[in-house]
Amino acid sequence: MIQSLCTVHNVEQVAENIFVLTFISPHIASVTKAGQFVNIRVAEGVEPLLRRPFSVCRTEGECVEIIFNVVGKGSSVLRKKQSGDLIDVLGPLGVPFSLFEDDFDTGVLVGGGLGVAPLPISTATLVARQKSVSTFIGSRSKRQLVKNHLVNVHVATDDGTEGLHGTAVDLLKKHSDEYRYRRPKIFACGPTKMLHAVAAFAIANSIPCEVSLEGPMACGFGICQGCPVELVGAERKYALMCKEGPTFDVRRIRI
Amino acid sequence: MYEGYESDMITTSVTLAGVQFKNRVLVASGTYGYGDDTIELVDVSKLGGIITKSLSMKPRDGNPPPRIVETAGGMLNSIGLANIGVHRFLTEKLPFLRTLDTAIIANIAASSIDEYCNVLDALEAEKGINGYEINVSCPNVKEGGLSFGTNPTMVEEITRRLRSRTKKLLSIKLTPNVTHISEFARAAESAGADALSVINTLIGMGVNIHTRKPMLSTVTGGLSGPAIKPVALAKVYEASKAVKIPVIGIGGIMNANDAIEFLMVGASAVQVGTANYIDPGAGIKIAEGIRVFCEAHNLSDVGDLVGSLDAKTEFSAISSWL
Repeated sequence: MIQSLCTVHNVEQVAENIFVLTFISPHIASVTKAGQFVNIRVAEGVEPLLRRPFSVCRTEGECVEIIFNVVGKGSSVLRKKQSGDLIDVLGPLGVPFSLFEDDFDTGVLVGGGLGVAPLPISTATLVARQKSVSTFIGSRSKRQLVKNHLVNVHVATDDGTEGLHGTAVDLLKKHSDEYRYRRPKIFACGPTKMLHAVAAFAIANSIPCEVSLEGPMACGFGICQGCPVELVGAERKYALMCKEGPTFDVRRIRI
Repeated sequence: MYEGYESDMITTSVTLAGVQFKNRVLVASGTYGYGDDTIELVDVSKLGGIITKSLSMKPRDGNPPPRIVETAGGMLNSIGLANIGVHRFLTEKLPFLRTLDTAIIANIAASSIDEYCNVLDALEAEKGINGYEINVSCPNVKEGGLSFGTNPTMVEEITRRLRSRTKKLLSIKLTPNVTHISEFARAAESAGADALSVINTLIGMGVNIHTRKPMLSTVTGGLSGPAIKPVALAKVYEASKAVKIPVIGIGGIMNANDAIEFLMVGASAVQVGTANYIDPGAGIKIAEGIRVFCEAHNLSDVGDLVGSLDAKTEFSAISSWL
């Protein structure tokens, strides 16, 4: 992890209220693994006070992309960044998805809403490792759908405006024949309710599964102790989301 | 930016109760772990000192999530003293801390007077710890914590018991959640404390109006960050007037100017807390900023700032207002 001032390359709207910010950091671009995140100080001064964590969405050359929904103080500031502005970035942080292990042949990517964030970088890794990829993403409607840089994508929308009228989990179940006999491993990111359903499905079908969690955190690397995740069957009660996550094997935690 | 200045022209170091600090800026307990999380980012040996996360006899899991929430110019936390316990600290963390060229102060939290004593005894047996800060002011635990810190007799008793067990620096960390902090300052001083750490967090809360739920799992928590600086300054001012022992000022320090305010109202040193979450190098930058300020004002010792507040003569226009 390093802390550095990075130049904003551009901010681009990719869907309704959803933006991709690209910044330049040769170090972060070269060492970040899928599932890791960066913690960004969006403004000088004290409003907003704390850094904001973002999954790395994609890297290309010296560029790093993050994706965000404009929902609050931090994201409102970020969307207004101009090409050439400087942002203070801490990263890469956290434990990546275990995409480099050989305990699977098919990477099953599941993303709900902005949970698609770590999927492009995951896809790139899986493709480079010559793994099969099946991708299932869901959003509220066609207007919030982001499917850039994904492969073999199945889409669901809550309102039925594109793809299946339903959720990413409905897709995952519906298309299980596509992956279930090809040594699958699920990598999921999205709202807690979705992760809960994905974990239940994975455990019921004996499919290995990792999820990437999201939650409030301050420092992003362990000094504030602010982001506990409840462990199952461990000596201690909590792990820290920022340092021991944000990716976890679903069998280790209570979602 | 500050290159070209002779660093040896200005005295930045200070000795408090026999402990030499290379500068007057320390990092506050609970905001720097055990000193080993930031080594990739900053040269922690440049800090005046590191105060460890509170240590209890046994490991503590801490409180359920959500433990933190941002507020206007601040943050609420309810960590609940999550820590690895004193024995794991001694075997897993202290060897690293010993390698640092900075003062190491162990912060102790407990739910009984005996526990305070036992943790101190365990630390006292080891080399590498320069002193102790006693947390009698955590707002986020059921036992101990604030129930000790809001009772002056208890503060006196805890201080006396610990004083009899160590000759090392002993600082009592006071809560601002009392009517007269001076009463507590005097209680700790009379029982033999070497210093006071002022202040711990203020009790606060926040509500999510859409779910009608509190923002923290424990409903209330501790408020920190720049929002509390004016309160902290007033408490440091009050405490330092009430006692002869040094007061270490804490509360919302984000930059050198903030720290200088604390020194001027009477703090002999300061601790940087919440700012570390945003910039792990904040303490080092603040120490350097204080030195540069002294240089610009022809002061030969940072100590010249301590208690230099001029509250008597006519007030001047506040040029920074606009």
